[in-house]
Amino acid sequence: MSLWEYANPVRFIRVTDRVLPVVAASALGCLVVGLVWGFFFTPDDYRQGSTVKIIYLHVPAALMAINAWLMMLVASLIWVVRRHHVSALAARAAAPVGATMTVIALATGAIWGQPMWGTWWAWDPRLTSFLILFLFYLGYMALWEAIENDDSAADLTSILCLVGSVFALLSRYAVNFWNQGLHQGASLSLDKEENVADVFYMPLLVCIAGFVLLFVALVFLRTQTEIRARRMRAILARERMA
Amino acid sequence: MIPDLGKYAGTVLSAYGVSLVLIVALVLVSVWRARRVRAALDEVERRRKSA
Repeated sequence: MSLWEYANPVRFIRVTDRVLPVVAASALGCLVVGLVWGFFFTPDDYRQGSTVKIIYLHVPAALMAINAWLMMLVASLIWVVRRHHVSALAARAAAPVGATMTVIALATGAIWGQPMWGTWWAWDPRLTSFLILFLFYLGYMALWEAIENDDSAADLTSILCLVGSVFALLSRYAVNFWNQGLHQGASLSLDKEENVADVFYMPLLVCIAGFVLLFVALVFLRTQTEIRARRMRAILARERMA
Repeated sequence: MIPDLGKYAGTVLSAYGVSLVLIVALVLVSVWRARRVRAALDEVERRRKSA
């Protein structure tokens, strides 16, 4: 079966209706297990004390903030090339989820930064590129709302998504590019020296799985909503014309 | 029940509080809008069929 069959809105809703409860339940399970494990059953860090427990929210949220935008980029490119409405609506559906993840990453980063760096905020390359990414999320959502014609909105937001991808990638690699600022390097790395200690690693992986599954579940649900809203607008427009 | 978070208790708990409130709000808003749009579409389609 071809992937493009899911570009049919009816088929998309039928399939996601079936898998949504499983994905949502798995997300809830992973989040509860990961956060309880991390919060209650991991030790304090020898330098950061108990603030290390913020890692179980900050890192997965930051990861999803970047990857949600990259998912939107892929969906937007599919719209531009193949004109599948479901992909444009999936990109639209993912934006508020990605924006919320960005706010969580920025907020937990500021709360964590205050005792560790002595400041809530610094114009550090990673922090700044993350703030710009958040502004791109707001602009993207505002552009969808501002344009009445769905196809024109999908075209213009796809271009905006393409431009914003620069900042999504910068927020991931800013530390490596500029090698300056307060933010440390990646918490998850194939380099054993750079990677977080094993005792924090496993609950962190479970939390990341929880955030990924939560993102998938929310995007499925919100895409279904966007498909239905689009159909409703089309019916009402036809009624007005009749 | 709550582990000893020492002098960073406020920091850790506020980070968890803010994050969980945002996640729960996002889920509730998504579910609420999904139900509202679904009900509205059902109503429009029912009206269209009866017309």
